[in-house]
Amino acid sequence: MRLREDARSLIFTNLCSMLGTFFLGLGSVYIKSKEAPAKDILKDLVEMCRGIQHPVRGLFLRNYLCQISRDKLPDIGSEYGGDGDSINDAVEFVLQNFTEMNKLWVRMHHQGPIREKEKREKERSELRDLVGKNLHVLSQIDGVDLDMYRDTVLPRALEQVVNCKDDLAQHYLMDCIIQVFPDEYHLQTLETLLGACPQLQPNVDIKMVLSQLMDRLSNYAASSTEVLPEFLQVGAFAKLSNAIGKVIDSQPEMPVFGSITLYVSLLTFTLRVHPDRLDYVDQVLAACVKKLSCLPRIEDKKATKQIVALLSAPIEKYNDIDTALKLSNYPRVMDHLDNATNKVMAVVIIQSIMKNNTYISTSDKVDALFELIKGLIRDMEDTDDEELDEDDFKEEQNSVARLIHMLYNDDPEEMLKIIYAVRKHILLGGHKRLVFTVPPLVFSALKLVRRLHCQEGDVIGEDVPATPKKIFQLLHQTVEALSVVPSPELALRLYLQCAEAANDCDLEPVAYAFFTQAFVLYEEEVADSKAQVTAIHLIIGTLQRMNIFGVENRDTLTHKATGYSAKLLKKPDQCRAVYACSHLFWVDDQDGIKDGERVLLCLKRALRIANAAQQMANVTRGSSGPVTLFVEILNKYIYFFEKGNPQITSSAIQGLIELIMTEMQSDNSLSEPSMDAFFSSTLRYIQFQKQKGGVMGEKYEPVKV
Amino acid sequence: MVLVLALGDLHIPHRASDLPAKFKAMLVPGKIQHIICTGNLCIKEVHDYLKSLCPDLHITRGEYDEDARYPETKTLTIGQFKLGLCHGHQVIPWGDLDSLAMLQRQLDVDILVTGHTHQFKAYKHEGGVVINPGSATGAHSSITYEVNPSFVLMDIDGLRVVVYVYELIDGEVKVDKIDFKKTATSAAAAAH
Repeated sequence: MRLREDARSLIFTNLCSMLGTFFLGLGSVYIKSKEAPAKDILKDLVEMCRGIQHPVRGLFLRNYLCQISRDKLPDIGSEYGGDGDSINDAVEFVLQNFTEMNKLWVRMHHQGPIREKEKREKERSELRDLVGKNLHVLSQIDGVDLDMYRDTVLPRALEQVVNCKDDLAQHYLMDCIIQVFPDEYHLQTLETLLGACPQLQPNVDIKMVLSQLMDRLSNYAASSTEVLPEFLQVGAFAKLSNAIGKVIDSQPEMPVFGSITLYVSLLTFTLRVHPDRLDYVDQVLAACVKKLSCLPRIEDKKATKQIVALLSAPIEKYNDIDTALKLSNYPRVMDHLDNATNKVMAVVIIQSIMKNNTYISTSDKVDALFELIKGLIRDMEDTDDEELDEDDFKEEQNSVARLIHMLYNDDPEEMLKIIYAVRKHILLGGHKRLVFTVPPLVFSALKLVRRLHCQEGDVIGEDVPATPKKIFQLLHQTVEALSVVPSPELALRLYLQCAEAANDCDLEPVAYAFFTQAFVLYEEEVADSKAQVTAIHLIIGTLQRMNIFGVENRDTLTHKATGYSAKLLKKPDQCRAVYACSHLFWVDDQDGIKDGERVLLCLKRALRIANAAQQMANVTRGSSGPVTLFVEILNKYIYFFEKGNPQITSSAIQGLIELIMTEMQSDNSLSEPSMDAFFSSTLRYIQFQKQKGGVMGEKYEPVKV
Repeated sequence: MVLVLALGDLHIPHRASDLPAKFKAMLVPGKIQHIICTGNLCIKEVHDYLKSLCPDLHITRGEYDEDARYPETKTLTIGQFKLGLCHGHQVIPWGDLDSLAMLQRQLDVDILVTGHTHQFKAYKHEGGVVINPGSATGAHSSITYEVNPSFVLMDIDGLRVVVYVYELIDGEVKVDKIDFKKTATSAAAAAH
């Protein structure tokens, strides 16, 4: 029975709509014939369509009406009349059709069994463009100018949208209005459009709608600088900002991520339209902080991502961290990130500074910056996250180290303030960070010392706030922090660097103090034998270059250095360090120290150690060790011989050569090709010097090779 | 023709934040056959960057290198030339030519490349060449005032090596060229 009734009604409605279609076709021909005014015929047609109340059929019928009539609407310049009145009629006609179609469309939602609701909504969604087409047609009517849009089209369309109280329809139609009408219309009617937003159903995704609107407006603003005054004139920022505030307040259910997305869109809009209005940018951030502060720490990944987007936008826009540092709410937003994301953001900030080669040029800015990236600078409270990956930590800290070189000012006084500021922050970082952050700070300070030293001539007599002495004090304390970490090898190197800088500044006591520190570390902290060898070479190399020490200080230090050298664990290392010490007593400068006797003492001592090494090898391996140490010492003899050390004689060189030859012959089993090559190239060199003639040739004359 | 990039003493991140952008733009992968680095990179990121320019990478240890596995000295043969590599803080007095010459004899090499002084140098010595590529980042040095960033590119072709020095002076890259020819006798010595 039911089936039959259904079938019957179907046939009936089919007939009706077919009839309708027929009449509509007829109407269209009738308009073309111009026998009656187009508006009258259209009015009749729209009325007639009311006869079909089956939603789907009604929709299609009216869609057909919309289609056939679109080129026959009385518009400006159209052949079917175009005075003001008839345009009103055309708009009225389309609006009415729109209203009716939307009603039919919404009614679909309420018809039919509940269990098919989902399926029906899907069908509905597919039909949405039929309704939307009316809005499209409206946007195409030339006669719809801004006045008409503002006074008639928009209010009527919004009225229908708000009143229909249907989630799907509201979202779609709002979106549709935003997409089909021109940007400048939106700009001029912002208040009306935004006013509708809080009236929409609670489930409508307003953030999408608003984001769309702001994106469109942002693009419009970017299209040409000529349109920017329009934005200012209508106060677009204030209106959007208000509307967003209202929407967020009126929808407490909206997820955090949703509200932040809205702020991101607003910020994007602000950066595009008002790049010069940092106060606006800060306002957006402030609003976001306000929202975030009534919530617990954000855990939601999507929300976090949006916060990162919010924070990245100003950095990308301005390409200059200086600007971001002026935003007082910026760090407050960062505070709401979880520790891991906070660090990611800090790294983004550092990378931006590096990429743009931005120098941070005042201590205030340095403070602001370090506050911003504090997640990298010190341990955060409630760090409950699992032990950080060591490589990640290294990478983070290395980026902080690189950053320190970007904190710079040409003015020594401000530069010193910067150094103090950096020091204050990095000392909060704890032991594991100091290894990374102290060296760049030390070198930054040493560069300043160098600068002051080079320009010292000009500033004598004044009460100068930045003096090398002050900086050395600071350096002393800073490196000390590193030596208790403990990172003795690094601290030792830095002490030596400081000592040399103090030497350049003629500050003997300071240089001596640094050397003492280095020696203390060497004695007490450097235990690894390989590390000792390197440390000794650095100590000798630096000490060799020092020229401010008086006899007493110099003696103490050289005595210590030779002592350490002779106490290295391995004989060959001992031997090499001891012959290197010979250079402490012979500086090849005009007024450098030239103590030939002590040079010879060092070399003889080195020879004794080489002998001992040889014997030791004899005992342990049953053969003599490599003769290379002797050849090295021979080369040192040659060096001082040529430098004119009277204690080094040609006969001593001759003796050494013979010794090496005997050693090599006595034991062929251990002859190494590299050693042979070393010895023969040394002999070749002597030959070369002999043949060169002149003073040097004469000097070498007695040596037989 | 073989291109060898020689550089060192970058001191990243202790003394410089990065290589100069202009150098980075010049150093592109695929053009260089060998890289020799005297040391003081100082961190793994720099090592990885060099490796990305050319996989054949030879490094000796500078006193600030975190990687303790780099050797103190290294020798390698490229074409007809034997090259020696050493950071140079072990050779006292630092940067002293006569002392470096002893190292050159010890390693028995035609070309000795060392660093540490941050000052570019290239000179002929006893039929060999001693090169210091300077500091690629222009890092602060206690030995050299006014350090300009520099590196060296060696074009080795048969018995001839052309040393190109790239130096960044006031933001402009200046190139200098030094030509060296190996004598036949020392060539024979190296060949066997």
